[in-house]
Amino acid sequence: MNAITMAEGVRAGELSATTLAQESLEAIRARNDELNVFLHIDEDGAMAAAARVDDAVARGADPGRLAGVPIALKDNLCQVGVPTTCSSRILEGWRPPYSATVVDRLLGAGAVPMGKTNLDEFAMGSSTETSAFGPTRNPLDPTRVPGGSSGGSAAAVAAAMTPLALGSDTGGSIRQPAALCGIVGVKPTYGLVSRYGLIAFASSLDQIGPFAANVADAALLLEVIAGHDPMDSTSLPEPSPNLVSHLDDGVAGQRIGLVRELIDGADAEIVDAVERAAAVLAAAGATIVELSIPELRLGLSAYYLIAPAEASSNLARYDGVRYGLRVDADDVAAMNEATRTAGFGAEVKRRIMLGTYALSAGYYDAYYGQALKVRTQMRDAFRRAYEDVDLLLGATTPSVAFTFGSKTNDPMAMYLSDVFTIPTNLAGEAALSVPFGRGEADLPIGVQLLGPGRSEARLFAAATVLEDAERGS
Amino acid sequence: MSGLTRTEVAHVAKLARLRLSDEELDLFTVQLARILDHAADMQSLDLADVIATAHPYDLINVVREDVVRPSLARDAVLAAAPDAEDGCFAVPRIMGEAP
Amino acid sequence: MTLPAGWEMVVGLEVHTELRTATKMFCGCANAFGAEANTNVCPVCLGLPGSLPVLNKQAVSMAMAIGMALHATIAPSTFHRKNYFYPDMPKDFQISQYDLPINSGGYLDLPDGSRVSIERAHLEEDTGKSTHLGVSGRIHGAERSLVDYNRSGVPLVEIVSGPDIRSAAQARLYASELRAVLIATGASDGRMEEGSMRIDANVSVRRSGDPFGTRCEIKNLNSLRSLHRAIEFEAERQVALIEGGGVVRQETRHWDETVGATSTMRVKEEAEDYRYFREPDLVDLAPDADWQRSVAESLGPMPAERRAAMVALLGQASDAQRDAIDVVIDLGLERYVHATAAAGGDVAIAVARVANELAAAGDVSKLMEDAFVATVAMESRGQLSATQSKAVLADLLATGGDPVAVAAAKGFEQLSDDSLGDIVATLIAAHPDEWARFCAGDDKLAQFFIGLVMRETRGRANGKAVIAELHARR
Ligand SMILES: [Zn+2]
Repeated sequence: MNAITMAEGVRAGELSATTLAQESLEAIRARNDELNVFLHIDEDGAMAAAARVDDAVARGADPGRLAGVPIALKDNLCQVGVPTTCSSRILEGWRPPYSATVVDRLLGAGAVPMGKTNLDEFAMGSSTETSAFGPTRNPLDPTRVPGGSSGGSAAAVAAAMTPLALGSDTGGSIRQPAALCGIVGVKPTYGLVSRYGLIAFASSLDQIGPFAANVADAALLLEVIAGHDPMDSTSLPEPSPNLVSHLDDGVAGQRIGLVRELIDGADAEIVDAVERAAAVLAAAGATIVELSIPELRLGLSAYYLIAPAEASSNLARYDGVRYGLRVDADDVAAMNEATRTAGFGAEVKRRIMLGTYALSAGYYDAYYGQALKVRTQMRDAFRRAYEDVDLLLGATTPSVAFTFGSKTNDPMAMYLSDVFTIPTNLAGEAALSVPFGRGEADLPIGVQLLGPGRSEARLFAAATVLEDAERGS
Repeated sequence: MSGLTRTEVAHVAKLARLRLSDEELDLFTVQLARILDHAADMQSLDLADVIATAHPYDLINVVREDVVRPSLARDAVLAAAPDAEDGCFAVPRIMGEAP
Repeated sequence: MTLPAGWEMVVGLEVHTELRTATKMFCGCANAFGAEANTNVCPVCLGLPGSLPVLNKQAVSMAMAIGMALHATIAPSTFHRKNYFYPDMPKDFQISQYDLPINSGGYLDLPDGSRVSIERAHLEEDTGKSTHLGVSGRIHGAERSLVDYNRSGVPLVEIVSGPDIRSAAQARLYASELRAVLIATGASDGRMEEGSMRIDANVSVRRSGDPFGTRCEIKNLNSLRSLHRAIEFEAERQVALIEGGGVVRQETRHWDETVGATSTMRVKEEAEDYRYFREPDLVDLAPDADWQRSVAESLGPMPAERRAAMVALLGQASDAQRDAIDVVIDLGLERYVHATAAAGGDVAIAVARVANELAAAGDVSKLMEDAFVATVAMESRGQLSATQSKAVLADLLATGGDPVAVAAAKGFEQLSDDSLGDIVATLIAAHPDEWARFCAGDDKLAQFFIGLVMRETRGRANGKAVIAELHARR
């Protein structure tokens, strides 16, 4: 059952939120040992939230737009009293004394958070293999990765444990696992969704976004969590956009750019899917324009300096003084070092090292400074493209879900799996991945739709056209 | 080539308060050099006149009013501390004053 | 104390002042001194994972007020992260302004007529505080330290002077004038003893006419006296070192008040690499004309102007009176003096009472200006002795009211001239030897008779009236 149907049923008193939560718990328990999706199942919290919704319905009060809909939260989102780890030993056992703005908004809308899902440690990875608590398996083929870093949230929806999930996307961490798990994943415009309570990886790139099994559910979830938040200085000063009411706007009369740099290097079956998607959009009345944005080729280099630089500073606070792990030593500096050495995994250390180096005296201009200028060029290149077209189209990933261990020995090979998603984060714009076609081993393919800042309504409308075509076929 | 040396990697580890074994030092030197080499495509560009973008959007003057909001309960705060004493976070001895 | 002939010192000061906002710089926790440890903390100022800073508007206004008072240029500015590990800094970076500070350029004119340039006055956040457990209570030798984050995130403005100062006395004068200016803007309470104003001094020496020498930075001087002594010691140390064939090493030094010496804290080669970069969680600051105008309009006259106005009321001022005027201005209590002057009262008495009795009281809200003016008038007319006047003011400060009624309730009604004459006559008769010496010109004995009269009248007599009576009978 999709989220919209569930919420409608609960609001009408035809479905019980408590029953839906129990069913979700059963689905989670049925496969969690096998797939390692949830790091923490918050049974008590979920049942209490569901009971509050049922009670509101019984009292005739408005239970909210997501009344009774079970949702999974990536374990880098703070929820008061619920263990939050970022899949890292360094935060193991920490229970935040406050909740993220998105969590408060979900609860306000009657959604029922079921627990916290696995991710690459501190969201640094593309497969969940860097999680300190073991990888998540792809529900469609447990020998393969679900993608990452929000692999647990994508798998929760793909395995029908919850109809909705939240992830965070710094360089593709929502869109890439959505593609690999065959669901919809959205990276909203930077600032559209409050980051307050999202444990930072790279602050100028991070953005929370929805996962859902269909476009309409994702649109509804984004409407609920978006909108200005005074607790986040980078939050856009405007209310949540209307998305659901524009789902059927179609693409007639729109110009959509098929970007060479967003398919070059992808497997043939992926390129084929993107070209078929272009044909579907054209058939629906859009004009497809083939174009090239050469600046996008520099995205990976800029990203792998900017994100680690910010991360090196964001992750300094894990020092054993105030919360989380402490490994004792004779003096405080030695304690900091022992704690961080024991608490962080190899990928996190690698990125902290890279970022520290890129910011250090003598190298700043050559690396970090230059990367920020490339970022300017990338943003300008996107803006120029959007003077000519309304949306862009490309692949989400170079390949379908890969097998465990196939990229873990070569960081650069793993980083390359984000090559198509990274530019959007650098430019602060919006993009989504929608399932379109199948590839090797009948595994799903995602195509990516990209738009300028605040173009979510247009993106969802175009994604609906592709989704309808897929359902019809 | 970035020409990253093992000594530089060791220095960076110290700045980041990480202790690396000899093997890790060797591995990170190779891996980080490879990532930095990939960035060479970017470094060859002449971007002297380009303004750096640290923020995706040009918001300015985001401020809040100077109004007191409730603080956290101290017990809740210290409950998360690895070591606490006398209402404070306790740490091993501090070598040297703050810079 | 001066340096050997041919030498001069070059000093620049970095003054950190906490701002008197209601809340911290980036969160809604109270900015309050002296609260129980870790009670004014929240996710933001504890640096908890996921928390984000939001800038306090009032802190920006106060920083601009400081900039305007120092004739600085207010410009669009940004925030950076200064990265280093220290347990009293919860994020292990400090949010500060770096290459684009809110205020740059400017100057401060000192009472001795000299002018010290201001390079910048920027916003940054304060750290928490650690206390060291162990025998000494100091950082060295401590086994364990305890950290309190109540001060973490309190807004600071750091004011950096140019290297224009040439003596310890001038440094002290600069710090004291700057303190008066900060208090006058309302941005700071200037309480050095509570750490709300702290000073680092950059000191170097050179032979006159030579280029600047290598400088040492003395950290955390927390009184004007320490500032003066530390600079003097450090300049002499450097001259002695160079004259002895040595070389000054660029380093950070610590001033030990009890020993009266500076010592090495950290040499430059050990300096941290702070890896400054733009704080991505905050946006640019560019106060518009309206905001700047509203700050400018709220600024009153600065201390130099107010001091001159007060001296003009006195006609001329002794050193003690100048000190008293400084206190009156620091506390912003000039209105009592001006009210006295406007009523034609005795300004000298008014200045003395404000600088002493009102200053000691702290809270003056219950003392009405006209009640103060009336009390001064009673004192200057001899209806109240100085002691009685102070007692009346103490009452008025505590509970308010009318000075005539308070004086009456305390039994401070003056004796009539007739009954005073009778008492003086009786006492002269009882002490003929002393009276004879007084009549012979020994004026000191006036005090003897005043004491007797006061004892006899239980303090109700007026000293001046007694002297007049004595002289009339001599
Ligand atoms: Zn706070």
